[in-house]
Amino acid sequence: MDLELTPTGKPGELLPNVASGPRSVSWWGMALLIATEATLFALLIASYWYLRFRNGPVWPPKGIEAPSLTLPLIMSAILWASSAPVHFADRGIRNGNQKRLRYGLLAGFLLGLTFLILQVAVEYPPALKIHPPSSGVYGTLFFSLTGLHGIHVLVGLLISVWVQARAWRGAFDRHRHVTVQNFAMYWHFVDTVWLFVLATVYLAPRI
Amino acid sequence: MTTLAEPLEELWSEEPGLGTWLSTVDHKRLAKKYLYTALAFLILGGIEASVMRLQLAHANLKLLDPETFNQLFTMHGVTMIFLFSVPVFSGFGVYMIPLMIGTREMAFPRLNSFTYWVFLAAGLFMYSAFLIGRVPDAGWFNYTPLADKPFSGGVNIDFYALGLIFLGISTTGTAINFLTTIFKMRAPGMTLNRMPIFVWGELAMQVSLLFAQPALTLATVMLMLQRHWHYHFFDAAAGGDNLLWQHLFWIFGHPLVYIIVLPGLGILATILPTFARRPMVGYTWVVLAEMATAFIGFGVWVHHMFATDLPAMSISFISLTSFLVAIPSGIQVFAWLATLVTGKIVLKTPMLFVLGFILIFVIGGVSGVMAASVPFDQATTDTYFVVAHFHYIMAGVAIFPVLAAIYYWGPKIWGRLLHEGWGKVSFWLVFVGFNLAFFPMHLLGLLGMPRRIYTYQAGLGWDSYNLVETIGTFIMGIGILISFINWFWSIRHGERAGNDPWSSETLEWATSSPPADYDFETIPEVRSLHPTWDQPELKDGSQPPELGGRPLAEGHRVLATSLLDATPEAIVDMPHDSIWPFILTVSLTLFFYGALTRIAVFAAVGGAATAISVLGWIWPRGQTQEM
Amino acid sequence: MRPTGEVGFVEWERARRRLWRACALVVLASSTGCAASSPSVLHAKGPAERQVTGLWWSMLAVSVVVIVFVVVMGGWGVVKTRRRREEDIHRDVPWGDRFILISGIGITGAILVAFFLVSLRSMATLARARPSSVEITITGHDWWWEARYPNGAVTANEIHIPAGERVQINLRSADVIHSLWVPELAPKIDLIPGRENEMWIQANQPGQYRGQCAEFCGLQHAHMIFFVIADTPADFNTWMQDMAAPALAPATPIAVQGQQVFLSNTCIGCHSIRGTSANGQLGPDLTHMATRATIGAGTLPLTPQTLTQWILAPEQIKPGVTMPPTSLTPDEVRALVTYLLSLGFKS
Repeated sequence: MDLELTPTGKPGELLPNVASGPRSVSWWGMALLIATEATLFALLIASYWYLRFRNGPVWPPKGIEAPSLTLPLIMSAILWASSAPVHFADRGIRNGNQKRLRYGLLAGFLLGLTFLILQVAVEYPPALKIHPPSSGVYGTLFFSLTGLHGIHVLVGLLISVWVQARAWRGAFDRHRHVTVQNFAMYWHFVDTVWLFVLATVYLAPRI
Repeated sequence: MTTLAEPLEELWSEEPGLGTWLSTVDHKRLAKKYLYTALAFLILGGIEASVMRLQLAHANLKLLDPETFNQLFTMHGVTMIFLFSVPVFSGFGVYMIPLMIGTREMAFPRLNSFTYWVFLAAGLFMYSAFLIGRVPDAGWFNYTPLADKPFSGGVNIDFYALGLIFLGISTTGTAINFLTTIFKMRAPGMTLNRMPIFVWGELAMQVSLLFAQPALTLATVMLMLQRHWHYHFFDAAAGGDNLLWQHLFWIFGHPLVYIIVLPGLGILATILPTFARRPMVGYTWVVLAEMATAFIGFGVWVHHMFATDLPAMSISFISLTSFLVAIPSGIQVFAWLATLVTGKIVLKTPMLFVLGFILIFVIGGVSGVMAASVPFDQATTDTYFVVAHFHYIMAGVAIFPVLAAIYYWGPKIWGRLLHEGWGKVSFWLVFVGFNLAFFPMHLLGLLGMPRRIYTYQAGLGWDSYNLVETIGTFIMGIGILISFINWFWSIRHGERAGNDPWSSETLEWATSSPPADYDFETIPEVRSLHPTWDQPELKDGSQPPELGGRPLAEGHRVLATSLLDATPEAIVDMPHDSIWPFILTVSLTLFFYGALTRIAVFAAVGGAATAISVLGWIWPRGQTQEM
Repeated sequence: MRPTGEVGFVEWERARRRLWRACALVVLASSTGCAASSPSVLHAKGPAERQVTGLWWSMLAVSVVVIVFVVVMGGWGVVKTRRRREEDIHRDVPWGDRFILISGIGITGAILVAFFLVSLRSMATLARARPSSVEITITGHDWWWEARYPNGAVTANEIHIPAGERVQINLRSADVIHSLWVPELAPKIDLIPGRENEMWIQANQPGQYRGQCAEFCGLQHAHMIFFVIADTPADFNTWMQDMAAPALAPATPIAVQGQQVFLSNTCIGCHSIRGTSANGQLGPDLTHMATRATIGAGTLPLTPQTLTQWILAPEQIKPGVTMPPTSLTPDEVRALVTYLLSLGFKS
């Protein structure tokens, strides 16, 4: 399928009716949304460091152990791994490859879902017993930062369901795919934020 | 050329009636909604101020009890800032930016509708507190611990926090919409250095909002979590810090004042050249100054906290940045002055408001510079001196450029000129009243009167100044009312304006008054910073195709161009009217009331309705570019 | 361009400028004049505030010059260009860039940096550590001030200091954020729960200096007033010793009855009278309350009538006050008032 060009009315000028990347209006919408959400995370992380240093050198505070690294590292591997199939899907549809699109999105979704289940069903219950948000500033910060990130993962999964549904109905092709691109941008953003959450919440207390 | 008018009218008109009143995505109709709603909130905020001024007119008056007074000053601040100033400049932007940059719509028309309805809903949400007498009462900056549960046990503060979270959805959406429109939809040839200063001002405003809003959202969410779920962000006993609230609030709050000032200065930079009959001197400097103000404005927030005994090093640094942020404002003032002396001044009503504002802005600016001096600020913060400073700037920019814009752009929007004579009467009343109302406050602060007190004792030497201020407030109020009456009267009975009554330089004057539904018959190609002065072929928005005009009449479509040089890149199909933004707003409102009342059923139903509305909105209908 | 509304304008313009000059004069005159009875920042009575007034006058002078310049140049533009013809306007203004950069960045920048450096020097002067002759801990409550002295003296709302000597103040809060502001003596510093802030004050001469809370703290923020009373150093030492001493014993039968009323009612839940069994910590210390001039943190002068009203129904005087009304008989109240008003110094 070739890109259809339409005359604009100015003599000799023909322009496409679809666009992707920075040429697309909706791409900018997603990029700006990511900018504002990134700022939200940056401020929460800054608040974490601010309160941490106001509470003195001992962190976590006395009576709470630094979080174990095993589960978070496994979760990180899974989450970051999920970016690969999503990228694969995005590249695929740029070349018109429907199969890569569909299965890439599906794989990414499943990995992301695993991450979220591990966080909510495996990591949280014991943490809630030891340091719930109401127990003090450490619990408050732990659950706020990981929780905000988790909510963004959940939203990403919901968007993924939508994009997959449309992909399976053949809505995208080599020219018309900015929605996939926008989703991929969002997903990679969420994965990048996890790096900072990991560093702040899990790695830093051990330094 | 008029052979295009019919098919374009077909494509771009909306059915009259209640249906499209709820579902319209036409930027002009939505902009008018923004303006009417914002001005209604101005009246509410003005009533709140007037009642407070009556209470303060003399010592020991008992017109208001302290709780009512505290509610009034809180809602006065919230209303004037969040529900009037920011939306009114967004409203003018929504109307004028597409016209000034030579396109037919905002980038995301349904988002435009949504952000309006959420603004209205969030404002009504906060004001519904009056129905149950549980109005927010901890001040518009709502410091903890006063705003925390132990000291504010009722739902008052919940109205505040949830209302602002709700409103934040609108401001974020507006910022995304404006920026995408300005970046991607300028007419071919409108390179960045041919963009009107008003558009730059709105750009600076919306960029700042994009980065500042998250700080407020974060702070208010943290507050709700602490109030109801026992989180400990701000409570010192559990390791939190009350100053965290202040930092987050002012990281938002200081850029906010530039968010309000910059579009106002943009309006000034549109009207002043028109009535000086010449382009702005130093366009480049003015534009750079606007952007610099927005940028530096993110680095001064701690000056709201000079009295909190923070470390001297950080306070000194912020004092320096707070002094330096005045430089870009100074640059703009000198550009205006240079324009005034090298042009030919025409003293129509919009120009009077502009000239009055220049003086008021400079007075407010010098008192602000004084406040950057730490010891002086420590003496005058939280007193009437700083109340004077911020009213000179904030009330100044919210009143003078806005009234100027009503007189200047009113004819474009409604097709009728406002009455000049009454305009002048209004100006003088507003100008005199404003200065009577706010100038004595400088002195009151120096004479020891703190702010936010519902009464004061006799014998302190404060009475006569307060009385003058009260009188001034009412004079100013009458002046503003006269303009409003003039405005509404003129919509019906004013002299017809024609396309370009003021002989202005920007593209909106190349359309009819009011513009047709499709704005421009052909998307113009722009070859100058002053298109309507320099390109005579721009008549009635129908630049012929040989000269660059693109009809784009085969669909409901606009042109997307590149970021820096505005070279055409793609044709974009725009959505038609949709009821989903409105339904989504209603769903969210239900959700927020559920959160407020802690009634799970409301929140759950609201949440489910939200999900359904989002689906309804994005469900593909084959008419637009896919989501 | 229609010439409506421009007839008679030049007269308007002249009148406007005259009006402005008149207003400015009135304002400047009144700024120094009517301040006699006000707790004014401009009438600095201590070295800290003197720094502030120094900054004020120098910044005001420069500001007035700036405003005059803007008015003159703007006014010039308005008046002189009316007769210019549009055809004579030159788009190109060769001096434009230079003017904007020199005034906007050069001169403005120089003025701002100068202000900054002068302010910095003031800050350094204010921050310079010097020995203080006494250290007072002031705790802010809704809506009164607690003052504790190193020798055990405790009082409320009237803070005595030795004149001519530096006093260190440690600032705490029992509930929400307050701010200690005594305009004639010092800039303000906040009292923040969970933080220990510090400031110093010094009064040049003996006298009474009015202060008020300057951070919105709830319902009665308007009535959280205090007085800094500077005594000669000798008088101050006497005062501090007197204030630290236990309460005077009731001297008359009515006063004895009053003390009984006090000790057997809910008063002791919040108030202390040192030397008796009353040791409440939530409200002001009443050990020597008769030496204070006001009640309710400056709300009303202290008289038998106001004290009676206050005891029976404090929320009528200060709505929202934490102190609950009491249900005492008129006799009991009379006795209690007599007792409380006898709680002075033995001298």
